[in-house]
Amino acid sequence: MPNDIAVDKQGRIKNRVSMSDTNLLLTITVVVFFAMYAFAVFFLGGSFTKPQSFLNILNNNASLIVLSCGMSIVMITGGIDISVGAVTGLVCMCCAVYLENHGGNLVVAILIGLGVGLAFGIVQGFLVAHLGIQPFIVSLAGMFFAKGMTTIVSKEPVRVTNESFMALKNIRVTVPGLGAYNSKTGNYIPAYVEIGVLIALAVVVIMFIVLRWTKLGRSFYAVGGNNQSANMLGINVRRTKFLAHVLCGLLAGLGGILYFLHVGSGDVANGAGDEMNAIAASIIGGTLLTGGVGNIAGTFFGVLSLNTIKRIVSSMGFDEAWWSNITVAAMICLFLIIQSVVLMRKNKKKV
Amino acid sequence: MSAETKTPVKKERRSAGEVLKRMTRHQLFIPVAALVLLVLFNLIADPSFFAVSLKQNSLGNPVLSGNIISVLDNASELVLLAIGMTLVTASSGGQDISVGAAMAIAGSVIIRLVCGGQVSVDTMQTSLILAVLAGILVSMIFGAFNGVLVAYFKIQPMVATLILFTAGRSIAAWINNNQLPIVNDQVFKYAGTFIPGIPVPTPVFITIFVIVLFWLALRFTNLGLYTQSVGINANASRLNGLDPKMIKLLTYVILGACVAVAGFIRVSRSGSINYSRIAENIEMDAILAVALGGNALGGGKFNIYGSILGAYVIQFLTTTLYKYNVPSTALPAYKAVVIILLVVLSAPVVREKMSHIGKSSKRAKEVA
Repeated sequence: MPNDIAVDKQGRIKNRVSMSDTNLLLTITVVVFFAMYAFAVFFLGGSFTKPQSFLNILNNNASLIVLSCGMSIVMITGGIDISVGAVTGLVCMCCAVYLENHGGNLVVAILIGLGVGLAFGIVQGFLVAHLGIQPFIVSLAGMFFAKGMTTIVSKEPVRVTNESFMALKNIRVTVPGLGAYNSKTGNYIPAYVEIGVLIALAVVVIMFIVLRWTKLGRSFYAVGGNNQSANMLGINVRRTKFLAHVLCGLLAGLGGILYFLHVGSGDVANGAGDEMNAIAASIIGGTLLTGGVGNIAGTFFGVLSLNTIKRIVSSMGFDEAWWSNITVAAMICLFLIIQSVVLMRKNKKKV
Repeated sequence: MSAETKTPVKKERRSAGEVLKRMTRHQLFIPVAALVLLVLFNLIADPSFFAVSLKQNSLGNPVLSGNIISVLDNASELVLLAIGMTLVTASSGGQDISVGAAMAIAGSVIIRLVCGGQVSVDTMQTSLILAVLAGILVSMIFGAFNGVLVAYFKIQPMVATLILFTAGRSIAAWINNNQLPIVNDQVFKYAGTFIPGIPVPTPVFITIFVIVLFWLALRFTNLGLYTQSVGINANASRLNGLDPKMIKLLTYVILGACVAVAGFIRVSRSGSINYSRIAENIEMDAILAVALGGNALGGGKFNIYGSILGAYVIQFLTTTLYKYNVPSTALPAYKAVVIILLVVLSAPVVREKMSHIGKSSKRAKEVA
């Protein structure tokens, strides 16, 4: 953050303190992630040593990265949006049905997907920001609505065979220098990422810049930190909250499209539980639930940590499905307690 | 967020007795109006909806059947959860989203003890009372876990309970080694179906018993008063000699007990358990019941009977939708529309607009 603010008056010094919390939590997340991955490489070996297996974490979670970015933004303003997972499912289903049963073209399908996300964002943002309804209840209704609508659009799974879609889905971007030789045949297999990963990384970079260096991004932090002081500083609190939800909705739509690109079909089960994964990734990434503190880079590492721990647990022999859930829960618990301690320390300092 | 939602509560408290009275009338207005609308709709659309008949079930016992009975019967779990959720909401200003997962854990513990590790049993291996008590105990421990996170670590309730929400169903599966045991003992199913000779479903009696228990507790102990005062202002109640952390924890433990009873009813209905599907989405219905009952989701004053009524309204709506062949998977979409309508109608802004003149002075006070 720019240095000139740190020198300024009282209200802004407080801002600086909360930013250092952001950095502290971000550091914890990044260190934990690298420690975890190093542990996996040295003690478990196997697939962890291959670069492709790391890239596969990105391939499988491109949509979750985008969803988590949206979630972090809403959480920074002090809200929450639990509808993103269901919206992902709805977007997948709408795109699939449009492409397959109505013979539509790809560009329109993508616009439909973004439109659905945007519509959810606008309606939820209006209810939260302008009618003052609790974000949890609003997005709960949004989740219900999206889940129900998904089955109303189609109950059966829709597999897409559209040519241009398949062409886009199968684009593999090779990453130079990370390939490996097949141990049996000796052929060089290049390491690759899917097209969705590039989009997701672009979203992370753009959102990082927006949050850090734009007026809008700064006002997200201000609103989340303290509604009333933000109001007194001349920030339009309602409009800021509204925009946060619209952005989150739009990113949920984009996340839905990426999910759709990854799985290539519309299914009622698509995106199920992703809202909780996105919240978990944001928490692990150091976004405080009380608002005002958070970092998109942390969220990105949150998604990576979440999936690395899942893979570590399963490769340690605990491959029953329940272990991964229990570990994820334990990890959320750990990070929540770290956050809580950080907050208490901060409050003590103030006194 | 919390500052915004607490504003109407503060206003309610600040105002004179007359306004308070109007507010309480207003509080129960929405669930009652919703119920009346549903009843009217069914009366006009098809009066046979209300028909109740005496039939024989597969075991040859006389049982009452009909949509009304089914509403009363199927709402039982929801009512129990709504009672606990109201207390949790009032004390901590947040909701417990792990109740569905915790029901799975309680049900799993009970089934595990009753089956004694076997896949299918015809007679129970452990006495039922012991099994249920164990289920309640385990559930209360998990409630305490949530409560400690909320009260002592000051984590937002919704997020603290996210931990159990994520892990709960997995823990339930782990308790039973991921097997799906079946209890064929008819005695086990008494609590979820009918006791021979009594034509009214047993869950109705259990629900009434629990409601009476809470009525007595609220009437003769300080539970309600303490919970409200902690929810309205934790610091002020601490200065008055209460221990807000302990009271918050207590409400979560109470919710744990309610969850266990609900979980017992649910597994007793079928004598089996499906970890990923048992009580799915029930946490959302329970929160909705609390909101529908006119309780502020930001904590403070509460009306437990509003929540109970809210739970019955939700079940009434569900049963009505089922009757008109709405598939269960599409049900959430209709429920969402109802939720949005209700919250918009009771939104603080709508109330603010009604008292538009008082708004400017309130703003001035807030700023000062």
